[in-house]
Amino acid sequence: MRIKVDNDKCQGHNRCITVAQELFDLDEYGYSHEKQDGAVPKELEEKARLAVANCPERAIKIVSD
Amino acid sequence: MTTEPIKDWATDYDIFDPEYIKDPYPVWDELRGKCPIAHTERWGSSWMPTKHADVYAIAQDVEHFSSANPLVVPVVPPEGFEQTGDDQRFLGVGAPPISSDGYEHTWTRRLLLPPFSLKSMEKWIPVTRAHCRSLIDGFIENGRADAAADYAQQIPPYVIAKMLGIPSEMSGTFTQWVQEFLEFGLQNFAMASEARNKILTFLWQQITEKKKNPGDDLISYLVQADVDGEPVPDQHVLGTCFLLLVAGIDTTWSSIGSALWHLAQHPEDRARLVAEPELMDTGVEELLRAYAPVTMARVLTEDYEYNGCKMAAGDKVLMSFPAANRDPERFKDPDKVIIDRAENPHIAFGAGIHRCAGSNLARMEMRVALQEWLARIPDFRLEDPENVTWAGGQVRGPRSMPVVFG
Ligand code: HEM
Ligand code: SF4
Repeated sequence: MRIKVDNDKCQGHNRCITVAQELFDLDEYGYSHEKQDGAVPKELEEKARLAVANCPERAIKIVSD
Repeated sequence: MTTEPIKDWATDYDIFDPEYIKDPYPVWDELRGKCPIAHTERWGSSWMPTKHADVYAIAQDVEHFSSANPLVVPVVPPEGFEQTGDDQRFLGVGAPPISSDGYEHTWTRRLLLPPFSLKSMEKWIPVTRAHCRSLIDGFIENGRADAAADYAQQIPPYVIAKMLGIPSEMSGTFTQWVQEFLEFGLQNFAMASEARNKILTFLWQQITEKKKNPGDDLISYLVQADVDGEPVPDQHVLGTCFLLLVAGIDTTWSSIGSALWHLAQHPEDRARLVAEPELMDTGVEELLRAYAPVTMARVLTEDYEYNGCKMAAGDKVLMSFPAANRDPERFKDPDKVIIDRAENPHIAFGAGIHRCAGSNLARMEMRVALQEWLARIPDFRLEDPENVTWAGGQVRGPRSMPVVFG
């Protein structure tokens, strides 16, 4: 699984990082991006799904399996 | 101001109706079923979407829906109103970024985001915690308190005063001014403009002072900041400080109050939060969703038909984030408060480019306020549910809420 934050949609609600801090980084303005290349280790897949489901802007996509 | 009885909520809604302020949820349910974008002529022409999809879509469409005046009703001078010297002095001071569109919004918002980041909030957690504890010390022996007035109301003005670098003894005065501007002032122009002048006069003194003697605080940060190599114009510093007071006090006070109102009546949720403190994050989000306090407005930039509604240039749209959060098309069992709701993409803090810049602060204050309350007062109930008073309009929450402990 791989995730990607759409920078045009992210508005910095910071829900993703609260739900799955292992998978996201914030810039100094609070906008989010996936860590490294967005690869999600097996044990974090559930957290990745939760981040997607809690993003109010639908800014996080699961790109591939 | 019209006080005519409401004939039909779909064509004649009144956000100041006392029953609606107390319990707006049935009205939104009814509207979603038959006329999801309601209309009224009570304060000029305005529209109120009640579905998440519409509120969300309108929040993203900044071309047609401007933030030039985000108050839910036009605050217009009564006939014969004479401007005072202060009115003229502060003419044109806005409230950037909430009242800005376009590029002005972009830079005024970017200026504010770093000091309100998740990380910047860490420093304020112990300050907030100590303050909550001392508030509780003040009433715990009595076995009762007004959870809205003695607790919820006392937290946000104290913390924002500390952040701005203003004496925290001023926080009671701030609360009063903000209430006069945003709550009572929505239906009383003279009171609103007087309150605005008092806030701006006070802040202007503080800004002048910090320019001479900058410290480690938010006002000093704003007066020393530069944007594209230029210092921030004084008018903007003033407008932004004004916004921080006005946007940060009533709102957070209301959501802490509503959270305690819920917990006072739900022993099972209190017990869970006490036994499983790790549920506080989902708990706070759920209480924010279910009791979202803030409704903002947009102004139509041109005639535009949205979803079958023929909106005219100058019409207002009330962004009912609270109604969107109760939409069954977006949230399963929306009227149930589920303390560990795992999927909760609520928009209590808005959506799109105006997403609440203070959301990390508000969440922190709510979390700490509830943690400290539950640690000392795990068992409490409303003294008399009928005696709780609510404010509504722009910001909805309990204003007086006597509770008894144990
Ligand atoms: C639970 C408490 C709060 C709620 C529910 C809330 C809600 C909102 C909402 C819905 C908006 C969007 C306005 C729009 O779309 O027109 C907003 C904007 C804003 N809020 Fe909050 N707010 C809260 C607390 C705070 C605090 C504590 C502060 C800072 C001291 C703050 C500062 C701001 C600012 C600066 C904006 C404007 C952002 C922009 O226009 O880019 N808010 N808030
Ligand atoms: S939750 Fe969504 S909008 Fe918020 S920071 Fe994460 S990606 Fe961005």
